[in-house]
Amino acid sequence: MPFPWSRSALKFSDLLRPAEAGLYCPPGDFYIDPVTPVARAVITHGHGDHARSGHGTVLATAETLAIMATRYGADFAATQEAAPYGAPVMRDGVSVTLRPAGHILGSAQCALTWKGMSIVVSGDYKRRRDPTCRQFEQVACDVFVSEATFGLPVFRHPPDNEEVEKLLISLRQFPERTHLVGAYALGKAQRLIVLLREAGYGETIYVHGAMTNLNALYESFGVALGPLASGTSDSGDKLPGKIVIAPPSAIADRWARRFADPLPVFASGWMRVRARARQRGIELPLILSDHGDWEELTTTISGIRPQELWVTHGNEDALLRWAQLNGIEAKALKLVGYEDEEA
Amino acid sequence: MRAFAHLLDRLSFTPGRNAKLVLLTDYLAHVPDPERGWAMASLTGDLSLDAAKPAMIRKAVEARVDPQLFSLSYDFVGDLAETVALIWDPKPGANAEPQLPEVVDTLRAASRREVPQLLERWLDALDADGRWALLKLLSGGLRVGVSARLAKQALAQLGNVPLADIEDLWHGQTPPYEDLFAWLSGRGEKPSADAPARFRPVMLAQALDAPGDFSKLNAAEYAAEWKWDGIRVQAVNEGGEKRLYSRTGDDIGKSFPDVLEALNFEGVLDGELLVLQTGSIASFGDLQQRLNRKTTDAALMRKFPVGIRAYDLLLEGDQDLRRLPFTDRRQRLEAFIARLNNPRIDLSPLQSFESWEELTALRAHPPEGDAQKAEGLMLKRRDSIYEAGRPKGPWFKWKRDPHLVDAVLMYAQRGHGKRSGFYSDYTFGVWRDEKDGSRSLTPVGKAYFGFTDEELTRLDKFVRDNTVERFGPVRSVRADQDFGLVLEIAFEGLLRSARHKSGVAMRFPRVHRIRWDKPSREADELVTLEKILDKELAGRGPKPETPL
Ligand SMILES: [Zn+2]
Ligand SMILES: [Zn+2]
Repeated sequence: MPFPWSRSALKFSDLLRPAEAGLYCPPGDFYIDPVTPVARAVITHGHGDHARSGHGTVLATAETLAIMATRYGADFAATQEAAPYGAPVMRDGVSVTLRPAGHILGSAQCALTWKGMSIVVSGDYKRRRDPTCRQFEQVACDVFVSEATFGLPVFRHPPDNEEVEKLLISLRQFPERTHLVGAYALGKAQRLIVLLREAGYGETIYVHGAMTNLNALYESFGVALGPLASGTSDSGDKLPGKIVIAPPSAIADRWARRFADPLPVFASGWMRVRARARQRGIELPLILSDHGDWEELTTTISGIRPQELWVTHGNEDALLRWAQLNGIEAKALKLVGYEDEEA
Repeated sequence: MRAFAHLLDRLSFTPGRNAKLVLLTDYLAHVPDPERGWAMASLTGDLSLDAAKPAMIRKAVEARVDPQLFSLSYDFVGDLAETVALIWDPKPGANAEPQLPEVVDTLRAASRREVPQLLERWLDALDADGRWALLKLLSGGLRVGVSARLAKQALAQLGNVPLADIEDLWHGQTPPYEDLFAWLSGRGEKPSADAPARFRPVMLAQALDAPGDFSKLNAAEYAAEWKWDGIRVQAVNEGGEKRLYSRTGDDIGKSFPDVLEALNFEGVLDGELLVLQTGSIASFGDLQQRLNRKTTDAALMRKFPVGIRAYDLLLEGDQDLRRLPFTDRRQRLEAFIARLNNPRIDLSPLQSFESWEELTALRAHPPEGDAQKAEGLMLKRRDSIYEAGRPKGPWFKWKRDPHLVDAVLMYAQRGHGKRSGFYSDYTFGVWRDEKDGSRSLTPVGKAYFGFTDEELTRLDKFVRDNTVERFGPVRSVRADQDFGLVLEIAFEGLLRSARHKSGVAMRFPRVHRIRWDKPSREADELVTLEKILDKELAGRGPKPETPL
């Protein structure tokens, strides 16, 4: 706030406020990640709960637009506008800048400035290194809008390489069993593949049919995935000792029966809690998440020290308590429609 | 600690026995002494630290974490040790990670007052998995689904030696078993099994299911006796050192001081622990009164006097009889028991028979008295030596026929391993009359075997086609008066159970037949089970899942 008198005149909610379809920006007349079709939308990233089809105009990174086209068809919106990271786009006097969120390929935070006020909507984000997307950038702002998927101090994701190592050790211990890895088809699957490659795993990785298009899309944006083959074909090969990556819902399904004594693996931040792994009958939980853990959330908020913290979805109670303990004004927006199954 | 923590972590998520064995053997092959020895001891129950009570753990975490953040976290995670392991914010620059042997040594030397500080220091230095393992270790009881036998099997596999060898010398060893590991890795002599009043691994019988199983066997080569329904024990007195062991080698003497005192012999007896009232057996329910008690009061001991019905003689004086044929051991046993003239120790009599038909009739119609309370018959080849474990061929256990009941499938859960993707665990119920005159199903048990792969495919399809609701991996299926799948369930016995709404719990239920043809309303009623239970309590008694 550059001018003290503007404080009384303008409120943050004049720039951005929760509405039925999602976060709405009245002066720019657009929504961020709306859950129902709207005329003008800014989309932070391609996950289904954030990027839906049927909007009029969509502003997003080129990668996100490509992901939406792959998922919904080229005509997912009437007009598409690609914005590169860091380049401001004007919307009726509101400046909109997309900044890397480190969540998945093309994921962005949406930074709004208007009349001396700044609000950053982070979408889903993480801070740790991810070889499949641009690293998170911390952006100074008056209001920081954060998710809280892992907003509990029990969530501290271990280093990625340790988790990948667990999978490689298990392959050595159980060379006769197919390692059937549940991983969300967009983002998590590709990141896991690249992490395996970095750990020296050069063998063919088998993937479920639901992932083929997204893998090709990642490769077209320069993310090399190494040798892949279909794990869905009916070749009769039971793939003992191989890695098969499939959407989480598939690993406990009939589909799993075709493999050699499948060892169910699941790559997700939820695997940090043992009961979650047990509920799904997982034998090898891998704690690998595309969302920031407690440490990343609180580091980001402490780093920015916004005047206000708005929490969109997830486990907001603990994060609000933490903000209170740290003297940061915070509130829960209680937005509905965001599920974070991909966590 | 890291390798140990990862082992516990993997074991806790691994349901398959063979897979567990792979994990254990792999750990033993890659981890040096003495850590692997202490790990083994903690898994076999030879090491029990039991140093940290939940209250101490709670206090430690409350000093570190905001109570509101802690309670939100605890609500989410649901387990105290796990919540603490995850929420603990380690101090940067804390000590090096403690190794398992260091933890064990330090704790053994520490006074109770020092434990909280040690705990805090170690929690600071470990990662989340390490903290979880430490808390499990310190609170006693790892509960990762590894039996002592499985752990020993891993040792046998590690050294490529017969399991019987490990069993045989195990009780002469003390953790961290460095001599044992030296031998298993070819660096040392086979350790000696000698220890006073040690446990001798027990010989077990194979189950005999159908009369067809022994059509090939010669009746003249076998002796038969009743299998009594108590607790299989080994009673030892060597040079005045008296011990009473369960069949897994647990020392259970503390619960039965009256029996221990009565061991007026030199040698080792194999027998069944029973409540013996003036020479005849009381129900298993009576024996249960004496189980799982830390202290025994005199009144209880008088009310439920316990004794041993002897099956076999392993040592007479200091002479090892285990290599002698059963017939010879039996002769010596009979003379031995007669000489003892001990009201608390009697002989399990042999049953003479000429043909399998005759024995079949005996099993179906046991004579009046104790025999009616027997679990079934034991068949022992007359030339069999006393061999540790469950060798194939010499001994058979031929249980009395199971009970059968027609129940209705209510819930199904997905299986593990080869069955993952199939709904293969079935909860079934029987009809119960409600106060308002209606009938409803009440769950009475859960079965996950007894069917073929083809039947499983059909059951799985039935579950998927008739799902009413889903909760995680569980589906409820349609089951009412007009529709439902009837499963004929075979089971060994019933227990009273306050944990089950129906009030009964089944012993060893399995699917006997699938009654695709039978209307659900014609399935059995709870009253049928209650009648069986009443009979059980009067005669043939049920056994707890784990005796002691
Ligand atoms: Zn997302
Ligand atoms: Zn999300």
